[in-house]
Amino acid sequence: MTGGLDAYARFVGTGTIEEIRLLGERLRGRRVQNINSTAVGGGVAEILNRLIPLLREVGVDAHWDVIHGGDEFFAVTKTIHNALHGQAATLSEHDVAVYMDTTAQNLETLALSDDIVFVHDPQPAALIQRRAHGSRWIWRCHIDVSAPSPAVWDFLRPWVERYDAAVFSAPQFSRGLPIDQVLIAPSIDPLADKNRELEPHVVESVITGLGIDPDRPLVTQVSRFDWLKDPLGVIDAYRLARKYNDCQLLLVGGSATDDPEGSQVLAACRERAAGDPDIHVVELPPTANVEINAIQRASTVILQKSVREGFGLTVSEALWKAKPVIAGAVGGIPLQITHRYSGILTHTVEGTAYWIKQLLNAPDFARRLGENGREHVRNNFLLTRHLRDYLLLFLYLGHLGESLVSLDGRRA
Amino acid sequence: MSAVARAPFQFWTRLTLTKLTGRCARDLAELCEQLRVVPPSVVFHHTHHFLVQHQHLSPEPPNDFAFWVTNVLQEDRLGERLAAIDTVQFASLHALRDRIVAVLDSYLEGRHALRVAPAGEEFHFMDAVSFTLPTHHQARTLAEFAQGLRDVGHATIAYHLFEARLRVGAEDNDFSRWLERELGERELAAAIRNLDPYTHTTEGLRQRLVALVGSQAPAEAAP
Repeated sequence: MTGGLDAYARFVGTGTIEEIRLLGERLRGRRVQNINSTAVGGGVAEILNRLIPLLREVGVDAHWDVIHGGDEFFAVTKTIHNALHGQAATLSEHDVAVYMDTTAQNLETLALSDDIVFVHDPQPAALIQRRAHGSRWIWRCHIDVSAPSPAVWDFLRPWVERYDAAVFSAPQFSRGLPIDQVLIAPSIDPLADKNRELEPHVVESVITGLGIDPDRPLVTQVSRFDWLKDPLGVIDAYRLARKYNDCQLLLVGGSATDDPEGSQVLAACRERAAGDPDIHVVELPPTANVEINAIQRASTVILQKSVREGFGLTVSEALWKAKPVIAGAVGGIPLQITHRYSGILTHTVEGTAYWIKQLLNAPDFARRLGENGREHVRNNFLLTRHLRDYLLLFLYLGHLGESLVSLDGRRA
Repeated sequence: MSAVARAPFQFWTRLTLTKLTGRCARDLAELCEQLRVVPPSVVFHHTHHFLVQHQHLSPEPPNDFAFWVTNVLQEDRLGERLAAIDTVQFASLHALRDRIVAVLDSYLEGRHALRVAPAGEEFHFMDAVSFTLPTHHQARTLAEFAQGLRDVGHATIAYHLFEARLRVGAEDNDFSRWLERELGERELAAAIRNLDPYTHTTEGLRQRLVALVGSQAPAEAAP
């Protein structure tokens, strides 16, 4: 479990913590109501679980409400989600009725804030129809809507345009909108089990338990078994590099039992890896955070060879452990890796193999990349930066359209 | 007896929220065209956010334009010229923008074929909303000033050296002005004025400033 805000000072310095508290003082007592569609599971719930206690600690009256809906509603919102990601889809009249009826039911039970309402993702977007006079509404989009299915976007856009501001995780994920758009990247928590420091004996125990030799170089990709993560390309790149460098490969991801395509990808990986005792294909349960942490810490080089990606926060997790990372130049990954400064960006299997060899043969360069990567994450992708950006966003709602805001008073 | 200022130095901080403008460029012509019309705060963002977001990488690359031109378009010669623009010499963001545009224009003159950024690696113009607020740190003496420099966040250092000068048009940096006016520290003020802040990381700048203050009054300013 994580500590309070002061526990982060050892990562970001007391000056940064003080700045966050200064912002909090100016929002003291302001009510911020977060609304999403799930209390557990998924990145949004994980972020809110971490941020809400910290927002309250610095003085913001932060709350979190979850909308309710039946299976039919969530089937429609799944269609909307996939369509926003670019999958061809349309909404039938019935789909629209289900979405609007569920919104209306939630409006009957939800007490909406008359101060700031922070709506996450498309599911609760239409709640804005009951906006209180004088309240400010933010739509936080956690997904890439750069090339949505037009019909579905045409349904959602009029709702989004009624908000005061929209928040995106990367510039290329956004759409042209007549409202303010803000860039706020996601973050990792350095105190969480997935990222906290581990004793060397814990790391070794996990690695040897997986049958991996701790004394030989280890190349790792941590990601779910999904074609878009190109796991077969990872195996091919490893084999090209293996001709010249002794090393082991570990492909590790969450359990694929409830995902038919994931099972196919896993089977294909095992087939491609067959006969090579140095390739380890491992499934771990979603709760195996300490194990993933240990695997990343034990790795010599970490790959994220995605061909399409959301923000790709596993890259920041690896960089935070000061590991050299080779990753596909897609989605939010170029925000996390500056090529040849804080990691390596590649586009092909051959390029990935080339850089695996380079990093295994040039450990000083690899170490520098990892150290730069850790500093880049420290400055940009830790929870404290995320918290600060949210506080600034709440303050900005009182200064829409301004580019220079002086906060010399005590409260915005 | 060490000098005591009548008006204390108030350490401020400057925190920025990044806004998306919806404008992007795929080649040099589009970069130049957009650069002519974006607000000065966009120019400020792309010439200064590296200092805080990429503290460990500075002094290179110095601005987003140079970085994109070099690493995405692979126009090394132009990238070098953009990187060499002496940001510290410009008293306003308009003047800095004019210089960047002039460098791009002179390179584009007579060129017909332009390299195009690969899909997904376009240049996205972003804006910065700057929030300035006073911190809890003040100084009346050189020793308190040195201690303040040690305690404040990186954004405070950047604010007093960069933001005040370029965004609000002050001709001097805040540190030099206060040291000279309030403590009569002309040499120290000049030494800080002569720093090229764009060739240091912000942490490097902090250490350099603390060392300079310490060298002027070593006994007083020592930790």
